[in-house]
Amino acid sequence: MEDLRGHARVLKELKLIDYGESPQFKGVELTELGKFITNLTIEDEPILAGEMVQTRSGAKPLGQLLKDLRRQVLHMIANAGSGHLGASLSIVDILAILYFMKMQHDPINPDWEERDRLVLSKGHAAPALYAVLSEAGYFPKEELTTLRELGGRLHGHPDTVTPGVDAKTGSLGQGLSMAVGMAYAAKLDKASHRVYVVIGDGELHEGQVWEAAMTAAHYGLDNIVTIIDRNKYQLTGTTEEVKGVEPIADKWRAFGWNVLNVNGHDHFAVLDALEVCEHTHGKPSVIIAATTKGKGVSFMEGNKFSRSVPNAAQLKQALEELDRR
Amino acid sequence: MQLKSQVDYFGRALLEKGTANPDIVVLDADVSASTKTSYFQESYPERFIEVGISEQDMIGIAAGLSLSGKIPVAAAFATFIVGRAWEQVANTVARQSLNVKIVGTHSGLTPSADGESHQSIADIAVTRVLPNMVVEVPADAAAAGWATRELLDRKGPVYLRLGRGSFPMIYPDDIELEVGRAETLLDGDDVTIVSTGSMVHVALSAAETLMEEGLSSRVLDMHTIKPLDCDALEKAASETGCIVTVEEHSVIGGLGGAVTEAVSERKPVPISRVGIKDRFGQSSRNYQALLERYGLTPEAVAGAARKVVESK
Ligand SMILES: Cc1ncc(C[n+]2csc(CCOP(=O)(O)OP(=O)(O)O)c2C)c(N)n1
Repeated sequence: MEDLRGHARVLKELKLIDYGESPQFKGVELTELGKFITNLTIEDEPILAGEMVQTRSGAKPLGQLLKDLRRQVLHMIANAGSGHLGASLSIVDILAILYFMKMQHDPINPDWEERDRLVLSKGHAAPALYAVLSEAGYFPKEELTTLRELGGRLHGHPDTVTPGVDAKTGSLGQGLSMAVGMAYAAKLDKASHRVYVVIGDGELHEGQVWEAAMTAAHYGLDNIVTIIDRNKYQLTGTTEEVKGVEPIADKWRAFGWNVLNVNGHDHFAVLDALEVCEHTHGKPSVIIAATTKGKGVSFMEGNKFSRSVPNAAQLKQALEELDRR
Repeated sequence: MQLKSQVDYFGRALLEKGTANPDIVVLDADVSASTKTSYFQESYPERFIEVGISEQDMIGIAAGLSLSGKIPVAAAFATFIVGRAWEQVANTVARQSLNVKIVGTHSGLTPSADGESHQSIADIAVTRVLPNMVVEVPADAAAAGWATRELLDRKGPVYLRLGRGSFPMIYPDDIELEVGRAETLLDGDDVTIVSTGSMVHVALSAAETLMEEGLSSRVLDMHTIKPLDCDALEKAASETGCIVTVEEHSVIGGLGGAVTEAVSERKPVPISRVGIKDRFGQSSRNYQALLERYGLTPEAVAGAARKVVESK
């Protein structure tokens, strides 16, 4: 067992395990052994789980932080009585890596001009962003209980009244265009900050995404990184059933982007890809992050908790499962 | 009063009409479980087009279907279907006066918890401004069912505005209204309260309060915003001498705007507009609490009525 895990890690570090360019999800099933080995390589002992990151309450191992964030997302949505749980859980790892290991930002000074920007174009995953911003120190943790409350600062979709939120979103497909504007402004100002955009895979249906993709490439905006949360689902079903989006990588490449494929829950791989983007000049980069909707709680994975809210028993069960991990 | 869902009645009426008429084709943009076009989809999957999260594309496709003799019904959340796709609605559908039925659900502040990005405060304004468009805003589930059946029997572009959730029933299930004719729900001579959609029952309860104070109100359900029933408004202005409008929409360009335009030309009288006061919506877990915050309550309507009566 130990050997297997050790080998898997070595294979991965040597980049001998590849997640493939354009995964075809429809109809592909891993065998039990395949699942077991995949889990070992990615989940059981994530390479960066022990890495210490700075949070508002001091340094914490990344693994612990991620558990805390997932716990908060669950509590927030259960408490609010509505919210997109699955869509939020699928991007917890990505947002945490960005805010705690990559982005230049200052929770004490949210309007710092040189900060890296983040546009959460799939705005319905706001709870994940709020949990991350609060852990980073933008606002008190107690405020998380006010999600979607009248008069509060944590609206159903990201709002700039929340400290740390860079743009209002919620109407899908509009985030990348705003990011293009921000990145262009940074170029005009000869500023070195970068602009990150997180978009959904179903969101790729919106034509505006492709208008912006063309514009970003035309102007060589290498200070933009688009991260596609490729969780394979949207509201009505899988993306491939509703309206196929594959081959995603080929589409972006044809639009002139630098394309990277990673497993979005493999922290090492995500960080590595972000690094590659930083060293890519003359064109924008897109990271296609293969993720699991509802990630972190086995019975919430897939589309079951796309919109539905956990009841008290489900919440308890979910929290217990997170504790056991 | 019994509470019933407008989208449920819409979905069922659509299924019924679709069964009778094989030319009806339904389109949705990844929200069929919310708009209830899912009922139609289950029975007639081959006449259901799921376009995904592509509202602009959906309106264009509906136009093409109409140009080929089909009767397309396109549904999605109000703010996305006529907001995001407004120029397609204007330049492709309305300009060609195509037989496209556009259904916006989750209108006004009804998606309260989702917040301002999902609420629609301007959909009546942006549709009624377009030549050739008919704009229907039913007051309850029964009227939503009627409007659905009616618009499918008539040619031309229509915008049908529906709310999320359930509303008090004002009409019996088999109600038949008349497009372009305001429904007088209560007669009175001190003030006229003109209301539309989700605010009709609010107008009725305001009238009750006013009645107890000795003020008699006429309550009109303006279920068709376009063509507007200008005759009923002129009559109301002459006979009651003042008007209050009530809507879950911006007072700019919506029912309040439309009534003010008509009355100022036909028979100017004092008007007070109750509605969303030039601001966006916001998140609230509780829909009623949000209506209170925005002054869309019977008390606020009664207050506006008292004031406007005084200014006669
Ligand atoms: C313009 C627009 N249309 C429709 C919606 C409603 N909506 C909210 S989430 C969602 C599905 C998004 O799917 P995807 O981008 O795959 O994100 P996921 O939830 O799967 O992470 C839809 C259609 C919206 N927010 N904006």
